[in-house]
Amino acid sequence: MVNQQWIDSLTTARGVKERGATGAGAAPTPTMAPSPSQVIAGLKATSGGENLIQVLNPEGEFTPHPDYPLDVSAEDFPALLKGLYRDMVLVRRFDREGNALQRQGQLSIWVPLLGQEAAQIGAGRALEPQDMAFPSYREHGVAWCKGIDPTELLPIFRGTEHCGWDPVATNFAGYCIVIGNQVINATGYAMGQRLDGAVGPSETSHRPSEATIAFFGDGATSQGDVHEAMVFAAAYDAPVVFYCQNNQWAISEPVERQSRIPLFNRAAGYGFPGVRVDGNDVLACLAVTRWAMDECRSGNGPVMIEAFTYRMDAHTTSDDPTRYRQADEAQAWKLLDPIERVRVHLARNGLADAAFFDQIEAEADELAVRFRAFCIGLTTPAPDRMFSHVYSEPHHQLDTQQAEFRSYLDGFEDETAVHA
Amino acid sequence: MNATGSAAVGAAGVAVVGMSNGHVSSNGHASAPPTTLAKALNMGLRASMENDPKVLVMGEDVGKLGGVFRVTDGLQKDFGEHRVLDTPLAESGIIGAAVGLAMRGYRPVTEIQFDGFVFPGFDQIISQLAKMTFRTQGRVKMPVVVRIPYGGGIGAVEHHAEAPESFFCHIAGLRVVTCSNAADAYFMIQEAISCDDPVVFFEPKRRYWEKAPLDVGAVVGSTFSSAIRRTGTDVTVVSYGPSMPVLQAAADAAAAEGRSLELIDLRTLSPLDLDPVLESVRKTGRLVVVSEAPRESSITGDIAARVMEEAFYSLAAPVLRVAGMDTPYPPSKLEEYYLPDLDKVLDAVDRVLAY
Repeated sequence: MVNQQWIDSLTTARGVKERGATGAGAAPTPTMAPSPSQVIAGLKATSGGENLIQVLNPEGEFTPHPDYPLDVSAEDFPALLKGLYRDMVLVRRFDREGNALQRQGQLSIWVPLLGQEAAQIGAGRALEPQDMAFPSYREHGVAWCKGIDPTELLPIFRGTEHCGWDPVATNFAGYCIVIGNQVINATGYAMGQRLDGAVGPSETSHRPSEATIAFFGDGATSQGDVHEAMVFAAAYDAPVVFYCQNNQWAISEPVERQSRIPLFNRAAGYGFPGVRVDGNDVLACLAVTRWAMDECRSGNGPVMIEAFTYRMDAHTTSDDPTRYRQADEAQAWKLLDPIERVRVHLARNGLADAAFFDQIEAEADELAVRFRAFCIGLTTPAPDRMFSHVYSEPHHQLDTQQAEFRSYLDGFEDETAVHA
Repeated sequence: MNATGSAAVGAAGVAVVGMSNGHVSSNGHASAPPTTLAKALNMGLRASMENDPKVLVMGEDVGKLGGVFRVTDGLQKDFGEHRVLDTPLAESGIIGAAVGLAMRGYRPVTEIQFDGFVFPGFDQIISQLAKMTFRTQGRVKMPVVVRIPYGGGIGAVEHHAEAPESFFCHIAGLRVVTCSNAADAYFMIQEAISCDDPVVFFEPKRRYWEKAPLDVGAVVGSTFSSAIRRTGTDVTVVSYGPSMPVLQAAADAAAAEGRSLELIDLRTLSPLDLDPVLESVRKTGRLVVVSEAPRESSITGDIAARVMEEAFYSLAAPVLRVAGMDTPYPPSKLEEYYLPDLDKVLDAVDRVLAY
């Protein structure tokens, strides 16, 4: 039997509105010590607890949240929701195509985002062009919102490049494979935004205020770099949103292996607000992330968001989740699907007709075809790529090695024979 | 501070004898005022900060205290807390934040307080700092300096006397350099800061307080090159950083016995600048390589291999190495046995000559 009162006490550590009034806030004191199994039971729930911010429930019912307004008129609301629906459907479509391409031997690996479309599109659409984002390696939906063409994700997974886009031009850093590394890099970038005077109102500059968002998972919260990032961000008031997608699983390890308490409550220990949002509710993710980015842009950062969601597919195409989790768990989460609730709301309220849904499906299919064709057409770079951009400035030792290798290759009659 | 090296610093310590790779190897202007290595670094940092507002200094205790070795003394007072950042005690955080700041257009100069404390930051150095430019096809540059006081001979406790430079030399994307005297310190730190690549900058901590002439107006070429410190005809002796004064003392002692040593200060450990070494070995036929770092899988081994590959027929004897032991750095009362010293270098010189 779960001690619900204790579980609730954890999820109500401090609401965001307490900020300033209570300072960092103290961790709640349990009135009765729960057993480990009780804690596990509480955290395993598909419900994110009473503090979960949700505006579009799994049944497709919309209830605006007073603290996290969407800032959209009734007139513009249908277009907003249809746009988010389109984003999610298209992203899911090329994500499924990525899985298929791996199975067919066209990609060495794919990292599926299935189930996390709302968490990523909601956050991604909350970003302004001047905002910087630091992804892990699953943020295909955020990349989409940042204007990265899905085909630009393919070189990493086909093994032709380590990064397929321009991080500077897009304000979207390269994928970070080492768990948690990018979170402290994001904090450093945000420290730079503050040093530049790009945060808060400026009397001397007309450029818009900026903030940074760092994406990471529940597993990464155990990494020292995430801790150090939060310490640095707090110390320097860095305008960074720590956006944790708690998808319940770090490969085979459940979230309770990472934390005894709900992850968003960790923010209190660092002295900044933490919010848990329904990560399968795209409108809630949008509203909460917009609020958090605005807080940071206006100088009130940092902020932590825990998007409570679920990794509906494997960790990667190399993973086999049947070894460590039950199928009924995924079935339970299917009822909370991030796209279906939007479709229901649009259809039930007459905001979109069949032609709209058909059109999105057709667009998704076109994208998948283009994605596939681009993937298959991706060619292996010349071996000289190994030597380029290792350094920004001339490096005689590497130049010599490259010349030796070039000479070695030239010794073959058919050069393609050595690196085919 | 040190039994073997201190006597050799000063006038002899920066005896300058010419060019390598077309670069002026150092300066030794007679009227240049004697300056400690630590002060020269401070002056170099100051010059870089004055020249470029994007240069930041960040690390533990670098601000108000001026660093535990006072290398950053006065910088926060003069440039402000927004340019000289006392950071939380987290090396991964220091390097990781510097990576983000560099992406933002800054040129962070990070300080790791002691050699043995760099390892919490090792992941960020290896995984992000060194690879970012390659990963992004040159779109993101990483003009970050990682300053590390290194080496033994100061009677310190564990983790305060290590020579970890080989780890960094093994990593593509990093440049690794080290200074051995005040004049080099002043110019090399500025060259490191102006470099668009990440530079791991090793500072010989037991030489911080040794003085040498520093002419800040000297015209120098790239200091990321090997420098010939003394010409000789019998044996080439190569080292860098804290062991250079040991080499000078050894060369003085050898000269008294009628043996002429040619001394080369590598200054750049990655990439190595081996042309002056090869040229010297072709003349002397004998090579001794000296380093405080453990001998196994080290820079000294790499130099021996490269010389064997490229100057095999010039060698009259095997290349010998004088290095730290393949042990953890010992308790300080034993460090005189561990470190390369005058006798060890002369012993190696005797052996290559006797071969």
